[in-house]
Amino acid sequence: MAQPTLFDKSQPGKRCTQMPSAAMAAEEFLPADQLRAEAPRLPELSEPEIARHYARLAGQNFNVDANFYPLGSCTMKYNPKVHEEIAGAAGFSRLHPSAPDECAQGALRLMRELETWLAQILGMDAVSLQPPAGAAGEFTSLRVFRAWHDSRGDTKRTRVIVPDTAHGTNPASVARCGWDVTVLKSGEDGRVAPEALADALGDDVAALMLTNPSTLGLFETRVLEVNAMVHEAGGLVYCDGANMNALLGHARPGDMGFDAVHVNLHKTFSTPHGGGGPGAGPIGVVAKLEPFLPSPRIVERGGALAWDWDRPESIGKVQAWFGNFLVAVRAWAYIQANGGEGLRQVARDAVLAANYIRASLQETWDLPYPGVCMHECVLSAKTLKNATGIRAADVAKRLLDYGIHPPTMYFPLIVEEALMIEPTETESKAAMDYFIEMMQEIAQDAAGRPDLLHEAPHETPVRRVDEVAAARKPILRWREE
Amino acid sequence: MAWQPHSERDRREMLEALGAESVDALFADIPAGLRETAMPDLPAPLTEMELVARAADLAGQNASLDELTCFAGGGIYDHFIPAIVRNVISRPEFLTPYTPYQPEASQGTLQAIFEYQTMICELTGMHSANASLYDGATALGEAVLLAADVTHRKRVVIAGALSPVARQAAETYCSAGGIEIALAPWDDATGQTDLAALAEMLDDSVACVALQQPNYFGVLEQMPEAASLAREAGALFTAMVEPTSLVLLKPPGEYDADLVVGEGQPLGLPPGYGGPLLGIFACREEYLRQMPGRVVGRTVDAAGETAYCLTLQTREQHIRRDRATSNICTNQGLCALAAAVYMAAMGPEGLREVALLGAERAHQLRDLLNAAGLEPRFGGAFLNEFVLRVPAQADAVVRELCAQGYLVGPSLARDFDELGDCLLLATTERRTVAEVEAVVDAMNALELEEK
Amino acid sequence: MDFPEDRKYAQTHEWAKAEGDVVRVGLTSFALEQLGDIIYLDLPEEGTAVEQGVPFGEIESVKAVGELISPVTGEITEVNEAMMDDLDALADDPWEAGWLLVIAPADLSQLDGLMDAAAYAEHCEKEA
Repeated sequence: MAQPTLFDKSQPGKRCTQMPSAAMAAEEFLPADQLRAEAPRLPELSEPEIARHYARLAGQNFNVDANFYPLGSCTMKYNPKVHEEIAGAAGFSRLHPSAPDECAQGALRLMRELETWLAQILGMDAVSLQPPAGAAGEFTSLRVFRAWHDSRGDTKRTRVIVPDTAHGTNPASVARCGWDVTVLKSGEDGRVAPEALADALGDDVAALMLTNPSTLGLFETRVLEVNAMVHEAGGLVYCDGANMNALLGHARPGDMGFDAVHVNLHKTFSTPHGGGGPGAGPIGVVAKLEPFLPSPRIVERGGALAWDWDRPESIGKVQAWFGNFLVAVRAWAYIQANGGEGLRQVARDAVLAANYIRASLQETWDLPYPGVCMHECVLSAKTLKNATGIRAADVAKRLLDYGIHPPTMYFPLIVEEALMIEPTETESKAAMDYFIEMMQEIAQDAAGRPDLLHEAPHETPVRRVDEVAAARKPILRWREE
Repeated sequence: MAWQPHSERDRREMLEALGAESVDALFADIPAGLRETAMPDLPAPLTEMELVARAADLAGQNASLDELTCFAGGGIYDHFIPAIVRNVISRPEFLTPYTPYQPEASQGTLQAIFEYQTMICELTGMHSANASLYDGATALGEAVLLAADVTHRKRVVIAGALSPVARQAAETYCSAGGIEIALAPWDDATGQTDLAALAEMLDDSVACVALQQPNYFGVLEQMPEAASLAREAGALFTAMVEPTSLVLLKPPGEYDADLVVGEGQPLGLPPGYGGPLLGIFACREEYLRQMPGRVVGRTVDAAGETAYCLTLQTREQHIRRDRATSNICTNQGLCALAAAVYMAAMGPEGLREVALLGAERAHQLRDLLNAAGLEPRFGGAFLNEFVLRVPAQADAVVRELCAQGYLVGPSLARDFDELGDCLLLATTERRTVAEVEAVVDAMNALELEEK
Repeated sequence: MDFPEDRKYAQTHEWAKAEGDVVRVGLTSFALEQLGDIIYLDLPEEGTAVEQGVPFGEIESVKAVGELISPVTGEITEVNEAMMDDLDALADDPWEAGWLLVIAPADLSQLDGLMDAAAYAEHCEKEA
């Protein structure tokens, strides 16, 4: 059952936070024609009522602390508590972005260290922390590519090649750059086929965007050859690093020949997702692209760190200030706590977990691309659907009844009835065993008790939500009935 | 220090179950040459205790607003944040979930965002608001692109007196799509956008006119008149707003703004060295299907009970891909939640007290500075922020005062060639009369030294 | 799969039915089933010029968006606006009440290049 809203509970005259009274009235300093006639109808409630409201809403959320959350390509790993404490320190959280550089040396030092460490992890020459999310990192990288092509007078390049397995942000970021998308069909093994790439390449190709490991959880085994082909054709290669968790300490995008890569601090580097954000999408680039990175950049001046705003070749700003700094603080803490060996072990445990789940479920469920996977495995409910009519969505909803957040469904698009499972390294074997057991049970129920699945979920705060009605007649705000 | 829960026995059992010889065998798809060079050169790992100490050391090298008395503004303000805001957003049920794509598992987040959208609609007087964008700066970029898209026009006029960081972000968004930005001049006496000059810049090639209220100089713009000019030219009017001011000022819905964007940091977010922030985005009903980013809608569940879900998703990149209204995916969900809790805690009265107190202090500050012979650069009406002209290089004054424990600014020298001797001064409800008097004394002493 | 034989079919699942000088256009039951529950239909205004093979509108379900592509070149003379507000009716009767547009074609013989019911049925078998 949905809770009444704050507005339903509101009553005129109730107060939570009170401020000292002002001596002046608005009329004394505002021209009459600027004044608002009617106060906004914000809720009026006491603090206990607000606390109760949000406590009840909180109780309706699945979350990583309470639930296994194997959402493919989202890397829902545990978020260490100490990071919250560190990011909450006044020296970070109450630092004003216009503070003179000499008053922000600790922040600059932290950002400089994080840049250096990410460059090490990614095998890149320079890093910008400014992009506030993964999609922003993609756009920033492509915009940098465009600036580089333009700087060489090469303005004929208007196409970017994107494999059919790519996340939707890839083509959307290409469009943002004023370029056209050429979709590349994956090969039989789910990977980029150099033969198909050769056909798509030309002197009008600005770049290839490649997710490695791919959204199928597969390492692009011919990545060196692929990247060399693009370079040969005068293009640049972008690595979508959303799945970097699999590669920590095992392979670096820079060594693979990529020119730019973004990483999601809220995936690989363990910063919390916050129910949709904030995240951060820093990018790493090769040396020749450094002059085009967003402004400002951190530089060393007279033994201190400073922001360099004089960046004539920069693409400009992609966030108001220096990026999602408090997110960067958490990622800095995570890398500092793990060290190189620790991060390498993260990847090993993540890949081991995904393969354990793959091996445990591949008899019952379809595995469209057989063999070893990296950080996630993509199963399919196709056979199940044909035999019982039960679809991936029904499986997902039934998992909720068992207290498990469903895997990513219906993605990548080239897999029918896809269930994309990413356990991450922070789930115990016992939690994964429970998931495996429930997946087996669901497969049995699909044959024996299909209605149980069609009507799932049964145990959640609300039953299956009518998304069709929501979209046909959008109600996007509360109104008095 | 690590957060994996596995014992060696767990690892061994998993390996045996999947029939692999070793974990290394699982990485066999990666060419050996790549594996050899992959180990990053990082500092040795720290224990939690050591990590906390190292972080405290770095945090201590920053002069936070606990140490400096803040008279700085420019889009980021030092407001009081009630304890309940931090309490709610620290709950793991809100802090650790993903985007609420599974509505049955995410009613808490969804309803909270629905309530946030309602509050933004109430503040702005607009029909619809989305679930957030990255910050006010990129929200302006999104608005400008939306306008270009629906009008099929390629020119945009932005007030020169609008936040420079927002203008620069909009430029980055626009330049790739071949959209040209022109800046409307401000009146040298008032600091308001020069409407006569703006009118001359408008024709049927202009997609969007964007003004900020109050503008970057803290001055109140003539928004209804500017909106009319935009409408006459067939351009969309975008109002960039400061949310707490809207409790006092005429909301953009009243002057028929098409799009409203704003920086939501004043609504319960710490300055955070400039991030994470909160991009506010609201629009008229007719632009709903062009809106960027996520939006939550109310619907029913299979039992006919009220429920919430993400809706109008066909606008978004995961469905429409290269034809999506934006590439945004991850947004600032937790910041929107903080803003909702803040607005609920303040209520209309509390927010009014915040806006009035900030404005009162700013006017007291202006009066004391006047008495000391220092004048605001512009004569236009203002709320809680204004531009002060100093008889020196503004950057130097900011540094000097910082050394004395006062953060003022930003200096306008970097972004406005003609205002190199000017800086911003802002006050919030946190500033006391004694602090106002003290900063004026400090400035006075400073000027005397420099003279 | 059985489809009405009184009309022609495009690979992109629009049907086109000659009615004297004009062509009535709709979306096939197969396409509607693939999309699932329709949430939004965007059609152009009367008088809009359309071109064979070029999108004229969009149809959306919760999780997918499809382009509506004109089977002939010409000018729109009628739009079934009622369908935009009654999306269930569209799925209930795609062949008659659920038509989308009437087009005055520049060249009626363009219909000859489209599939007949049998060929379209085979095309759908392959896509299913």
